[in-house]
Amino acid sequence: MTDLPGLLPASLPVIDPAERAGYADHPPRLGFFTDTSVCIGCKACEVACKEWNAVPEDGLLLTGMSYDNTEQLSATTWRHVAFIEQIGSRGDGPPGPDGSPGGLPGAADGWPGAADGTRWLMASDVCKHCSEAACLDVCPTGALMRTEFGTVVVQDDICNGCGNCVSACPFGVIARQEVDGGAHKCTLCYDRLGDGLTPACAKACPTESIQFGPVDELRERAQARVGELHESGVAGARLYLENPEDGIGGGGAFFLLLDEPEVYGLPPDPVVTTRDLPRMWRHTAVAAAGLAVAAFAACLHGARERS
Amino acid sequence: MSDGGPARRGAGPGRAGRGGEEPVVPRARPDSYYGRPVLKKPVWEAENVASYLFFGGLAGASSLLAAFAQLSGNRELPRVSKVAAAGAIGVSLAVLVRDLGRPARFLNMLRVFKVTSPMSIGSWLLTGYGPAAGAAAASAVTGRLPRTGAAATAASAALGCGVATYTAALICDTAVPAWHEGYREMPFLFAGSAASAAGGLGLLAVRPEGSREAARFAILGAMAELTAKSLMMRRLGPASEPYQVGRAGRLMEAGEVLAATGLAGAVLSGRNRLIAALSGAALLAGSALTRFGVFEAGRASARDPKYTVGPQRERLGQATAGAPAAVRPGT
Repeated sequence: MTDLPGLLPASLPVIDPAERAGYADHPPRLGFFTDTSVCIGCKACEVACKEWNAVPEDGLLLTGMSYDNTEQLSATTWRHVAFIEQIGSRGDGPPGPDGSPGGLPGAADGWPGAADGTRWLMASDVCKHCSEAACLDVCPTGALMRTEFGTVVVQDDICNGCGNCVSACPFGVIARQEVDGGAHKCTLCYDRLGDGLTPACAKACPTESIQFGPVDELRERAQARVGELHESGVAGARLYLENPEDGIGGGGAFFLLLDEPEVYGLPPDPVVTTRDLPRMWRHTAVAAAGLAVAAFAACLHGARERS
Repeated sequence: MSDGGPARRGAGPGRAGRGGEEPVVPRARPDSYYGRPVLKKPVWEAENVASYLFFGGLAGASSLLAAFAQLSGNRELPRVSKVAAAGAIGVSLAVLVRDLGRPARFLNMLRVFKVTSPMSIGSWLLTGYGPAAGAAAASAVTGRLPRTGAAATAASAALGCGVATYTAALICDTAVPAWHEGYREMPFLFAGSAASAAGGLGLLAVRPEGSREAARFAILGAMAELTAKSLMMRRLGPASEPYQVGRAGRLMEAGEVLAATGLAGAVLSGRNRLIAALSGAALLAGSALTRFGVFEAGRASARDPKYTVGPQRERLGQATAGAPAAVRPGT
């Protein structure tokens, strides 16, 4: 695939996103490693985020689906704790490799839990601060920007609420707020980073499920942790968005999950839409030329007809 | 969900119906988080953005038709097409601004020029195209400033190609499965639909003696639209389901029937004013319904996690060693 000038090449060399954005001298890239294996679902992160960022409340309804009444990340929810109750067997799932009845990985996989495999999965979701961020790419006003810390932030005084970022995000993170009409999402507490403070959610997390720090360091920690879990028999542990060569160039926020990403409401193989944009532009250019040729052809015999 | 667990969705997006043959390996069953969508539904309103897909296409293609018809010596059609282009782009700008969360800040679209953002490119295209289309129409109607009018006609035709087609890149450059996956054919579908609408308007508004160019443009457009649509559906395979079921499916089907009817009418109309006008109306309506159908299909595909998860799972299944994915077991 060839590249159009100004577009991201199909496979990027792993460069620091802040550097690619033009920061000559920048601090190390900062991010989150969310280790869901120690999340207790207390939602302190949700509350701390709302308090620090003064994000409005977004309804006090009960969903009835689980202990999760927040439902999803939104313009007014920048941390969302998913709560998944996996009761007994998977029922309609395939049997395990050892011939055990179809079910979700649980006790049989060495994960401490009920004998029937029942377990609770809890995970605090957040903006992934993608290395290749679709929201930032498609933003027509430049309101979305890359910070010196390699994070992605909406500049509220510039956003005109066009909603393009909302459709572009492969994770359904960024959203438009009805009240003020602007797009909002996690800023990785940009205002705290400048003062060397830890983002509110990580600060409030009582189990260190949310770890904050330089991304390189977090990657090492994540790999050590998943190795530790595998050793202790938790075969289902896996890292999500930690790979800098994945479809979004790796996340600035990545996760350790205990089941498939889609179980947590995350896409299993997200790819930034902009990777296909050079091809889209080429097809569009050919179609535009075709349209002109069609108009020309349609009018070719006009003069003769009238003469 | 009755078992309180995460929703188990049905088999992937649709099934390739091959004589009811059962696959040996059961199809992957995409999971989801209690059936919640992975993606956010596009915030764009159909009455604004789907309308714009239609009116923008009508405007751009009308400018092209006007310019070439004028060159071929047609007197009536260019005037009608220029007025239509100016009117359609006026409606487009109005609905685009209305769709913004903060309409007062519409000028922020011109803060930057970003080739990675089709909306940015489109904003600049419209900034050049709008005044040109307006000037071309004004000159054609009043008969004043013919040279300026000719220059504006040429400029609006050149930019019109872009205005009529860039919207395909705009909607395809998203995570919305039905839009993104259709990016190869969408520009051709949109170009065809635009030509079909512009030609249709000419057939509807101009006497048959003066609308032969419009008829031919419409015929080429409708054929391109129908062909691109069928190619897109075939290539998408099971992932074309959002275009075939529900509201989107009905819109797409109605659009197809109207386009085919209008196409037949345009071919056969000859000098019959009534048939020409009816064909033109059918082509216009068909183009509009197809745009609304495409728009709705995108929204439906964003709403159901199976359209997001299914194809990604399939991709992971096909991925050979070395193809990087988001998930890896670690070391």
